[in-house]
Order: sequence, then structure tokens, then C-alpha cells
Amino acid sequence: MSIDEDLKQNHNSRLTYEGCNVLLDINDGDRLVFSRLTAASTLKIGNKKCSLQPLIGCAFGSLFQVESGKEGTFLTRFVENAEGNGLEEKDVDGSKDNRALVDNNTAQSLTSEDIDEMRKQGAKGDEIVEALIANSATFEKKTLFSQEKYRVKKQKKYAPRVLLRRPFARSICEAYFKKHPEKIGFMRVDALSLLLCLGNVTANADVLVVDTLGGILTGAIAERLGGTGYVCNTYRGSSPYPVDITRMFNLSDEICKRIVHASLTDLNSSEGQEETLPVTHSSGLEEVGMSAEDGGMDITPERVPSPIIRPVKSIKPGQKAPLEAIKLWKENGFSSLIIAAPELDPWGIIKEVLPLLSFSAPFAVYHQYAQPLATCMHNLQIEKMAIGLQISEPWLREYQVLPSRTHPHMQMSAFGGYILSGTKISSSDSLTSSN
Amino acid sequence: MILPIDPANKLSFKRFIKDGDLVIVYERHDTMKAVKVSEDGVLQNRFGAFKHSEWIGKPFGSKVLSNKGAFVYLLAPTPELWTLVLSHRTQILYIADISFVVMYLEIVPGCVVLESGTGSGSLTTSLARAVAPTGHVYTFDFHEQRAASAREDFEKTGLSSLVTVGVRDIQGEGFPDEFCGRADSVFLDLPQPWLAIPSAGKMLKPDGVLCSFSPCIEQVQRSCEALKSQFTDIRTFEVLLRTYEVRQKILENCPVNEGDSIERPPRKRRQGSAEGSNGTECSSSPTVVIRPSGEARGHTGYLTFARLKCYV
Repeated sequence: MSIDEDLKQNHNSRLTYEGCNVLLDINDGDRLVFSRLTAASTLKIGNKKCSLQPLIGCAFGSLFQVESGKEGTFLTRFVENAEGNGLEEKDVDGSKDNRALVDNNTAQSLTSEDIDEMRKQGAKGDEIVEALIANSATFEKKTLFSQEKYRVKKQKKYAPRVLLRRPFARSICEAYFKKHPEKIGFMRVDALSLLLCLGNVTANADVLVVDTLGGILTGAIAERLGGTGYVCNTYRGSSPYPVDITRMFNLSDEICKRIVHASLTDLNSSEGQEETLPVTHSSGLEEVGMSAEDGGMDITPERVPSPIIRPVKSIKPGQKAPLEAIKLWKENGFSSLIIAAPELDPWGIIKEVLPLLSFSAPFAVYHQYAQPLATCMHNLQIEKMAIGLQISEPWLREYQVLPSRTHPHMQMSAFGGYILSGTKISSSDSLTSSN
Repeated sequence: MILPIDPANKLSFKRFIKDGDLVIVYERHDTMKAVKVSEDGVLQNRFGAFKHSEWIGKPFGSKVLSNKGAFVYLLAPTPELWTLVLSHRTQILYIADISFVVMYLEIVPGCVVLESGTGSGSLTTSLARAVAPTGHVYTFDFHEQRAASAREDFEKTGLSSLVTVGVRDIQGEGFPDEFCGRADSVFLDLPQPWLAIPSAGKMLKPDGVLCSFSPCIEQVQRSCEALKSQFTDIRTFEVLLRTYEVRQKILENCPVNEGDSIERPPRKRRQGSAEGSNGTECSSSPTVVIRPSGEARGHTGYLTFARLKCYV
């Protein structure tokens, strides 16, 4: 295949467009905000509102700086100088230290009134930062590293920067884990990565899921299916689990179509007749899901009135699974299974859904507690339903890498969840092997 | 065939083993082997001889018997199983690193990914799974024979349409110019990655992600220096996997009698008989217990990720 063909088929847009979802990284990860870009959407920084209009049509990865002018606060494109900050190697041996620094709050001679006055006269954020440095009695005595630290701190306050990012499973999971880990069952991004691999998620796969984590798993799977195969979220009873988080991804209509749900009763029934009824019921539920999302998430603070959003997205993720698909799954089985449902007993659910899988299908079960998974694994062994069973727990440590100052981060997440994985074995065999 | 690349194929996912299939012969979780099925083939192992002809027509996941009556399971290959059975021509990446790399490189169907070196193709197989069905992995190794063996492996696993193996010294020559500005992601596993970083920067689309895998912190240090000028969001991680053992155990639950100062009877006697219980009931039922495995892989490598800066 030629590279040109590769490119043509990659619909993965690297430019923003009206109505697309973006992740705004404010001040180098200090704050993460998910937003939908429309002419009316705004972002609140400090106590000021900025229109997100200038971000439409820009390349993902672009950096913006908050500036204030006569018209109020606005975002402008910011390009860093390419040579970096130039402090490397100069002071790594630490010839300066802090012995002369006294914390008596008199080092800065500019008052907040002075700064307000500068602002009124139209000073830019960068100019205020320079003025603060020029008026700091101690700045020159600091080491180069702490000078840089001071500059960055003031820049964040007086000239905040906003980085435009694509929302991916990675960034969405990280943002939730940082701000609302309980909403995604305390599942860290490395655990989610493992689930996707152990569940063999790939194009054309039909993945059965039980996702009670708001759709983070469903969305991550759909992203990897790229508009092929299906991710089918199954549930007990009459209401499917909400998948609101899938709307934070930039999933195309083609991909959203592949996010479906089917009740366990429907998947288990021998005939697919009674399935026409719940369609109206479930589309009613979509609306409930939507308003829940609007109110419940403060990672996404700036909500635009819904009439403006509406026309943009035509297909909602999480429709009822088509009858032909259910029929095929009954004949052939799902190609894999991933469960992330911390409220459910893993053994209780897996013994119900494992028979729905195809021969030799891999599966992975997430849980935040070890014991239910241990019991589940033990029972799968006893019942000879699966082999290659393994409970594992990922461990993730981030490092600060700086000249002569490399070390692990002082704070880390100590727990990202447990995963039970294995491969289903042919059921006809498990019957004969019992004697 | 390791991936359902052809959508027509997945409709018959409930596959039965046929002549020419690649199967993973599973003895135990740590003893597996990849075998190509052929009508007159025979697998010899410590359990005896297994005739392939008896496998054909059985569903994947079946248990099959040897001439001595011992059994193994025949599994459908996946990139995870392949990583456990492939022949090691180099040190390979395992699932914890692999899964994290695919996630952090933001690889989705349709992406163009560059990799160097190819090594034993463990990561390459998972990269191919992530870019399928329309993307492509271009992987380079400077070792001609290793590249040829990798090519053979991708033929065997049915990934040839998704992976192209090139022989090239990426550290010395950089990636080929034809990929300039066309890569969504680049993965480097090289002894001196900093030499390849400028070229990787040229290959990436703006905002594209690079990952460099290095076992030593000194390599990381130099790579991060090299990344600073063109890249942003530079982050270094270490990912490990802790595995657990699950057992069924009988935990004794005999209350100690108060005022009973006599030493506890020796273990043997307590197990054997119910006498000497002094009327108190010893209820000990089997419990499922779990604990981390005693040994684990302590280090694989550091993963450094960075994003190409975006200049308008």
C-alpha cells in the first residue's frame, strides 16, 4: 500500500472544526478542561471568560496565551521561541544557593495596585511578568533553576497559556483519574491500556463489554475499532448503562454507530422477536443520559446551550444493537469480552456472559478489589471454563528528567486497579474433560 | 491469521482449525508453542506425539490428546500469545510496556507508525493490530538477517499487509525521506536514540507523538536533552506488572481456651484427630486467598514520550 493511500484513509483530523471536542490543557497540565468548540463557547480562566472562537480551525497542538485588551480577555496564538529557555548546563553544579534568601515578603516592590494600573494601560501579560522580575530584589540572587521557577509561576498567573489537544482515551482517562477517579472506578490509564490489549481489541472485532464506568471503556474500545466491528455493552434488567463519556471523544458518526447495547436477555434468548419494544424505551434514556452529563462533570465547566450543539452530532453513541448483529453474535459468538463493573460480582456476571463468546476468545475483567477477582478466577478454574488465567496489577511511575536532577516524582498513584485475564476454552471439551 | 483484517472473515469467527492455520499449543501458562497445522504434521513434546490430522476440524480452544493420552489446548493466536511464543532474536517488549506504548502513542485505525529497531517483532505485532485495517507500520532494523526473520514471522502471523520491514541504520541515516511529515507516531528502541530524534521530528506530523524505550537512565537523560528543542510534553515513565497467586486454603479457626496454659499440641496431632478440642468447635472452611507472586520482572526500560511542537 502506498503512503498516499494510507494518508487518504486516515480520517483522523489534526485540525479543529466547529463542533469538535477538544481538551484544553491550561498552564502545562495545571487544569484540564474538555470543551466543544462553537462560536458561543467560552473558557473561564481566573475570573475572566474567553471566547473559544479563535481555536476553531487551528491545528491540534497549538498553544494560546490569554491576553487582555479593550475588548476584554481573549486568546491569541502563542509561538515559543525555538531555542528553549537556555538555562541548561550553566548552573547545574549549584554555585548559588538560598542561604541569603529571607522570607519576609518585602522582596517584591510592585504592589497589586501597580499591576492593576499597568493592566489598565494595556500592558501584556509578558510585560507584567518582566516588570515583576525587574522589581524583585531577590531574583538575581536565585539559582538559575529557581529563577526559571519564579518566571513560570508568574507567567502562569499573569499570562496563562492554553494548549489545544485532541481528546483521546489516554487524555480522557488521565483527566478523570486526576479529578474524578471515583467516576471511572479508580481505573488508571495503564489499566485501561492493558484491558484493551488483553481483550484483543482491533478492527473488525465484536467486543462484548459490561461497562458501568460511564462509557470510558466503551469509548476507548470504539476508538480502536475505528468504525468497524462492534462494541456491545450488555446489562441485566431493562436499562442499559450510560455511556456519556463516549461523547468527550471525537468519534465520527461511523464510529458512534458501532457503539451499541443489548440486554443479557436479548443476547441469551433463542429467538430475536421481542426486541422491537425496548427501542423507544432506550432512546428516551439517551436524553436522561445527556442531561446527566451536562450537569455532572466539572472537568467540562463551560457548557454551551444545547440548541447550539444539537445540529452538529447526528448519531448518538449507544443505540440498540441491530437485530442482524445480535443474530450473528448468537451464531458465532463475540470475539472477546471486557468487563469493568466494580459494582457487580465478577463471577456472577462472567458465568453469564462467557458462554456468549466465540471459541478461544480472550477476556479481561477489571476490578478495584482483589478478592472478588480471586474468587472468580478460582471458580473459572474449577469449572474448567478458561485457561491462561492471571490476575495482574499494573504499576506506573513517572520521572522528572533534568540535567543532574533526575528522580522519580515525589508523589505517585499507588494503585490503578486489578485485572483478571484469560482465554475461553471450547465448552464441548470441558464436558468431556470432567471425567 | 492473528487479526480479522478481512471483515468477511470475522463473520465466521467461530473458527474451526484447518490445514495451514497457526495455532498456539498451550501446555501450561508458561509453556506454549506456535505451530503451523499441516495434514501430515506431528507435534512431539514431553507428553508424547500429537497428530495434526486429529486437530483439523476441531474448534479453537479445544483440548487434544497425544498418543499417550496426555492433553494440550489449541488456542487461536493473539498478539499477546504471540509475544509469549515468538523466537527471541533480541530482548523483547512485554505486555505492560506494549499496551502503554500503544495507548500513549495514540494509535488508532488508519495511523502510519514508524518503528526502529524491529527486533523480534513483539511490539510490531501489537502496533499492526492498532493501525489495522487501513493504517501501516513501517519498521526498520539494521540487522539484515533479523529483518528477514521478522518478515517471515509477519508472513506467518498474516500481518504482511500491515507491516513493511526495512533494513536501515536509523541512528546513522535517519528514517527515509519519503516519510517526511507523514508519521502519526514514531517508536524508537535504539542504543543511542538521541541520534535518531532529529529525524523522527522530521517524520512526524505536527502534534504527533514519539516514544523512546531505553533500559538505562543515562540514555533517557540524553534523549530528553535532544527532545527539548522540537518537542513538548516530554514525559518519562516506568511501567511494571505485578502478578498474583490465587489458592484455596484452609485457615484454621480454633479459639484458644482461656486459662488453658498447656502448650498447643504439635501440629501433626491437631490435623489428624478431633480429640482435645475441649468442646469448642473448630470450624475451618476452605477460603480463596490471593497474594502477589514472590518474583517479578523488576525493570524493563524507561518509556519517554514527547509531542512534536506545532508551529504555524
